[in-house]
Amino acid sequence: MDIKQISPDQVVYLSVGPFNLNATIVYTWLVMALLVLACILITRRMTPSENMSRWQNLLEIVVGFLRGQIRDVFGESPDMYVPYIGTLFVFIAVCNLLAVVPGFEPPTASLSTTAALALTVFAAVIGFGLMRRGVKGYLLQYVQPTPMMLPFNILGEFSRTLALAVRLFGNMMSGAKIAAILLAIAPLVFPILMNALGLLTGIIQAYIFAVLAMVYIASATRVERERYEKTRKQQGDDNG
Amino acid sequence: MDNIGLIGLASVLAAGLTIGIGAIGPAIGEGRAVAQALAAIAQQPDEANILTRTLFVGLAMIESTAIYCFVVSMILLFANPFWDFVIKQGG
Repeated sequence: MDIKQISPDQVVYLSVGPFNLNATIVYTWLVMALLVLACILITRRMTPSENMSRWQNLLEIVVGFLRGQIRDVFGESPDMYVPYIGTLFVFIAVCNLLAVVPGFEPPTASLSTTAALALTVFAAVIGFGLMRRGVKGYLLQYVQPTPMMLPFNILGEFSRTLALAVRLFGNMMSGAKIAAILLAIAPLVFPILMNALGLLTGIIQAYIFAVLAMVYIASATRVERERYEKTRKQQGDDNG
Repeated sequence: MDNIGLIGLASVLAAGLTIGIGAIGPAIGEGRAVAQALAAIAQQPDEANILTRTLFVGLAMIESTAIYCFVVSMILLFANPFWDFVIKQGG
């Protein structure tokens, strides 16, 4: 990708009719294949004992970290949310980290990938909200605190989806662009420094995307929890 | 000056102004947020986990305005729709 191309969508390898096989799709498939293969190979020889393989240790750290974060945000058992949010985090993190490999175009530097990811978050918020609170309870939250807030609540739902997509795209695209610009003006050592910085921002952006998805989903399911805690407290008072 | 030159001039100027002015607000905001978060962590080191997570989420929110400006300036520089239109008109 040279400096003129703003996203890997513009690198087209193969064009059949209206469908273009561009770099975004190819590298997304590559990351998917890598993740699936690695997970199959690692989990094939899982052991519950303490002398596990190094790779199993790595996966356990990742999963344990995600479960801890989700439990902190939701304040309940993370089992329901780990598959979705964990997938988001691992996919984005691997895409961003592989950006240091020469020749690899991170799919997250394309607005179409990030928009798709943000749309899944949009759907997940509605899905989890409906599942936890029912149709009436979910729709009622749009007229909280007063019915006058209805248009703003709906607008907020869309604008935060847009913000989620553009934030990830902007950060990853800027990393690629800065590396390309530095290659043009100071090609000796500086691009490596910026790539090292790119590793850090890549992980932080993956973390932020996952945390924001958690916060949005939690805000759609929260009232349920508050009511649950209130009733539990009352029961505790009654018992005590 | 002909149309292409005028559009080029306006695009470059607008891109520079967009990212330059657009970086000021988020920079002030992020600075204040980090300062407050550091003060809070210094007062209550036990709550560092929650504070750090909230700080990151808040920083991401603040930063997105700067990212919008950056994306707009990149589009003006590298994927300018007005430029493409004029070139297409000129044949």
